[in-house]
Amino acid sequence: MNQHKRKELQAVKVISNQLLATNVHHIKLEKPFSFQAGQVVALTMHPTDEPRLYSIASGTSQAYLGILFDVKPDGELTPPLSKVKPGDTLYISAPFGKFLCKEQPATWIATGTGIAPFISLVESGLANNIALLHGARTIDKFYFQDELQDKLGENYLRFCTTESGPQIMEGRLTNYLENATNLPTNNKYYLCGGSQMVIDVREILIAKGVPYDNIIAEIYF
Amino acid sequence: MSKEALYGKTLSELKVCVTELGLPAFTSKQIADWLYKKHATSIEDMTNLSKKARLQLSENYEVGLTPPQSFQESVDGTKKYLFQTHSQQFIEAAYLPEENRNTLCISSQVGCKMGCLFCMTARQGFQKNLSSNEILNQIASLPERDTLTNVVYMGMGEPMDNIENVLKSLEIITADWGYSWSPRRINVSTIGVVPAMRRFIEESEAHLAISLHSPFNEERKQLMPIENVYTAEKVIEALRDYDFGRQRRISFEYIMFKGVNDSPQHVKGLLQLLNGIKCRINLIHFHPIPDSPLKGSDYKTMEMFRDKLSQKGITTTIRKSRGEDIYAACGLLSTKKLVQKDTEQDY
Repeated sequence: MNQHKRKELQAVKVISNQLLATNVHHIKLEKPFSFQAGQVVALTMHPTDEPRLYSIASGTSQAYLGILFDVKPDGELTPPLSKVKPGDTLYISAPFGKFLCKEQPATWIATGTGIAPFISLVESGLANNIALLHGARTIDKFYFQDELQDKLGENYLRFCTTESGPQIMEGRLTNYLENATNLPTNNKYYLCGGSQMVIDVREILIAKGVPYDNIIAEIYF
Repeated sequence: MSKEALYGKTLSELKVCVTELGLPAFTSKQIADWLYKKHATSIEDMTNLSKKARLQLSENYEVGLTPPQSFQESVDGTKKYLFQTHSQQFIEAAYLPEENRNTLCISSQVGCKMGCLFCMTARQGFQKNLSSNEILNQIASLPERDTLTNVVYMGMGEPMDNIENVLKSLEIITADWGYSWSPRRINVSTIGVVPAMRRFIEESEAHLAISLHSPFNEERKQLMPIENVYTAEKVIEALRDYDFGRQRRISFEYIMFKGVNDSPQHVKGLLQLLNGIKCRINLIHFHPIPDSPLKGSDYKTMEMFRDKLSQKGITTTIRKSRGEDIYAACGLLSTKKLVQKDTEQDY
């Protein structure tokens, strides 16, 4: 009989739970280990439940682990996770994953909470020669935009499909890429978000002459 | 509003249904028999159930089988069937007749989330997980159902991303009260979603096929985004935790891309990665998809690759392409044209 084996989890305390936008939370957890920016952890409320994967959304030298997530109304984990309070216990795995985005110059492209690994990289001081493109439906979904704007300046581009605002580009990120006339084809492109975004953006980049091996994607599933 | 389907429920789920209706517990076994052994298509067919029981069941349930909407036939005899799901979406299944076996390649999801660079299904994005009813309906409603010898979960979708319903469907195919098939007639593929793959290994006896396509981390990342999270190395590490016995097979699927993953270094890399794992490797000719930056290796290169691996003791075969002319071959299934686009995208 095969023995049941799963990832080892450790208990950590919640430091804070902040509502960033409708149905989107950022939880700070005690940090029991060091990690590399861009890595993920498996997280669950109860040690016997199947954990879900989350990119760490905080810098490597920050004193806490940040987890950014949107609440899936039908999900088993995120509705109760959205209600955790300081002092509550969660269970996480050791960090793992290889979406480390080390090669630069690079263009980082994210939608929604797919911005999480890029927040970690920026907060870790690893965004030296990059442009960050973030797409969202509403302006409140550009998470940590003040911090990103501070650190990246004009290399931080926000694309909003339904609202307009200062320094926000109206319309779809994909339209911007399709119409761009000078996309650097030798740069690395790191993509993070839902599968449809990754597929659409990858197709556009390849059609624009970016070699496929310059495009690395992490898909949230 | 259609009624809930009985087909696709496990025996324990059927027990819950009959208990809720106040019917005797043994009725569940009778229903399973009608569904999975006698191939009943309506509750009225279940003639050893009392008239009252049939009436009660019919008020709440239906058998829930959906015939294919259409099919295409290849010059090589492969047939590709189009099925509509209960949510009005579409999936494909490929029937592959051969001299000594007839295999059905079934889908587990509408679309796929995994985004592999070389796959047509990935291009349509993800629409939904199939229920166990929808997974098994591809078998039950196939005109050639009674000729089937093998089923492979290698159609649209990543089976391990819909592990609950895949395991449920496997239980129904292999249980004594179900189709009573040997699990050795079933092969389930994965790109290596490790936690769900572990569940599959532990809770099923079916064969496992892992889509590898490169032994090298950086290169596999370019082809398969999953490599960022669950590396091939971690997948192999997980496999080493289990005893697969003599009968259960692990195979590695390896699509060969010209000038990408077909060099002698790749043979070495594979040997190093798979060291000590009892397995076989299936080399697959790449079936080009529109606007793909990848090209297939030529057959001579594939044969040399096969021979080098075989010489080192790994049983390696080149899989015969089937149904390429009707887009039924490996990696070509897609119902993208039938997908309704979400107009509220955030990008």
